[in-house]
Amino acid sequence: MADVVLSGSTWRTHRGTRQGLRRAGFIAVNVGFVVSALFPFYWILTTSIKTTNELNAGTTGLFPAHQTFVAYRQIFTEFDFLRSLANSVIVAVATTVVTVVLATMASYALARLDIPGKGVVLGFVLLAGFFPILSVVGPLFLVYRHIGFLNSYPGLVLAYLIYTLPLSVWLLTNFFRQIPKELDEAAMVDGASRLQALRRVIVPVAVPSIITAGIISFILAWNDFTFALSFENDPRYFTAPLAIVDLGQSQYQVFYNQIDAAVVVITLPVALLVLLAQRRIMSGLTAGAVK
Amino acid sequence: MRTGPNAAADEQSAGGASVAGVGRVAQAEPSVGGRGPLSHRRSASDRRVGLLLLAPAVLALAAVTLFPLAYNLWNSFHVDQLANPSAGNGFSGLQNYRALFNEPGFSADLAHTLFFTAVSVGIEMCLGLAIAVVISKPFKGRGLVRAAILVPWAVPTVVSAMLWKTMVDPQSGFVNYLLGVLHLPGAGIAWSAQTWTSWAVVIVADAWKTTPLVAVILLAGLQTIPGDVYEAAQVDGAGAWRRFRSVTLPLLKPALLVALIFRTLAAFLVFDVVYILTGGGPGSSTETLGYLDWKAFLVNTDFGYGGAVSVSLVVMALVIAFGYTRLVRPSTN
Repeated sequence: MADVVLSGSTWRTHRGTRQGLRRAGFIAVNVGFVVSALFPFYWILTTSIKTTNELNAGTTGLFPAHQTFVAYRQIFTEFDFLRSLANSVIVAVATTVVTVVLATMASYALARLDIPGKGVVLGFVLLAGFFPILSVVGPLFLVYRHIGFLNSYPGLVLAYLIYTLPLSVWLLTNFFRQIPKELDEAAMVDGASRLQALRRVIVPVAVPSIITAGIISFILAWNDFTFALSFENDPRYFTAPLAIVDLGQSQYQVFYNQIDAAVVVITLPVALLVLLAQRRIMSGLTAGAVK
Repeated sequence: MRTGPNAAADEQSAGGASVAGVGRVAQAEPSVGGRGPLSHRRSASDRRVGLLLLAPAVLALAAVTLFPLAYNLWNSFHVDQLANPSAGNGFSGLQNYRALFNEPGFSADLAHTLFFTAVSVGIEMCLGLAIAVVISKPFKGRGLVRAAILVPWAVPTVVSAMLWKTMVDPQSGFVNYLLGVLHLPGAGIAWSAQTWTSWAVVIVADAWKTTPLVAVILLAGLQTIPGDVYEAAQVDGAGAWRRFRSVTLPLLKPALLVALIFRTLAAFLVFDVVYILTGGGPGSSTETLGYLDWKAFLVNTDFGYGGAVSVSLVVMALVIAFGYTRLVRPSTN
């Protein structure tokens, strides 16, 4: 793999200089992609360790003149960002668990069982993935106000299902369809009920797909801004993305070092997930989208 | 556990499986023999179990989509203003819908939304296609490039918005600094002060975050194109550009369409990136329909008007989705 394996032998027979040029161009383009994807992260990282004085003095170079972690300390001591982070973790994990359980159950039924109107149900689930989020906000707000779901976790978890369920059901239904029917039938011939077959035979086989659905659901729930903004006005219930918008603002100036420290903190978990599970996420995002 | 005729059937299938490699097929046999009342009972119980398994997910989704839609429909024909209880909750006919056309907000925001959708989706599709084509071939370090490109998609919108807000801050940002270093005009621009520069920032932030999704979808599409198609085209003397135009693009059409639908709908309903970056400003010059809807609900607490905006959003989203599927159907046949 020392060479660029474009199309192997046919390539190597061409004139060397032209090939070298193309290869250099190819590398340059790739470097361009990576830099434009990652440079903004470098910038918030350096901004987050700058002093307020340096920020006020204006940008003079690519590296901060002094490095300080004051901004990080401030967001945790002056703004209780930890609490917002905890809220985000709780809501995102709860959403992931609920999504995975509901989606596994529903997908098994859709993939395997003979239910009248199955096609309509699957169509509805997929269409729900395109439903205008903003139109949901008003009616849910009115209902939440009555049942005490404003400034609460369950209110957010329920709303987040609109992000997570359509994709998860689609992904898992496609996967379950690929598992040979004989697998659950064999279990049932051995005396297992449908539900036992699902739990003991199908779920263990489907674990990789269920994890993929879980990872994507976690990211989608972790990233929400709109619902948190609409349903949580008590800072104690702010999720991290919502807290960031209020953070580092004073009447006279914007403290980008504080904002960006918080941005770095909430970016880390998703960046880590992407690095660890890049393949899984990519295949999950495109499952069934392109057939 | 095993009772009656089933036990015999099990024995038989187990024997079949151990003798022949086609055990899987053999296993299906015994149950065929027992068709009739037994399989009928099985399918009836399957149906019951199936409905039970399906119900929680469907009910939850209905609670956050169909129910709000119905509620919005109802509200859109009624007066429902939280901040103005004296107005009552009476039937108001088409008043809320008439307000959509008569008040300046809706039509201006519709124009903003269409502009944003066209420009951002156009940029994202072109860039996404370029990225997908480049990283579709195996090369050293491809995993790294792919992961790097995927990160912007995975971060919260708050992150992409704040990150570009930092980048274009006239004082502590990078963009103005770079323009200054390169002696280009615009080093002194306050990006949030003008409409066009505000749009530019919103569009860059949106494209930066969502282009990866387009690239990933198109990449999957590219990988379904068999390599020998290209080899055949090459043998026929087709150059790289020609191969791209007459082989890649036509075969990539389904994936392009999926990406286009995903992105168009999401861009049309844009809210959070606008809220964080411009707050709809300066003035209301970058306000989109999603923003208008949110403002109606949560700033003005006018659920009648907000309901009417919501219903129109749902209708327009459906029109876009069906429009695209219509667009592709004749040519796939």
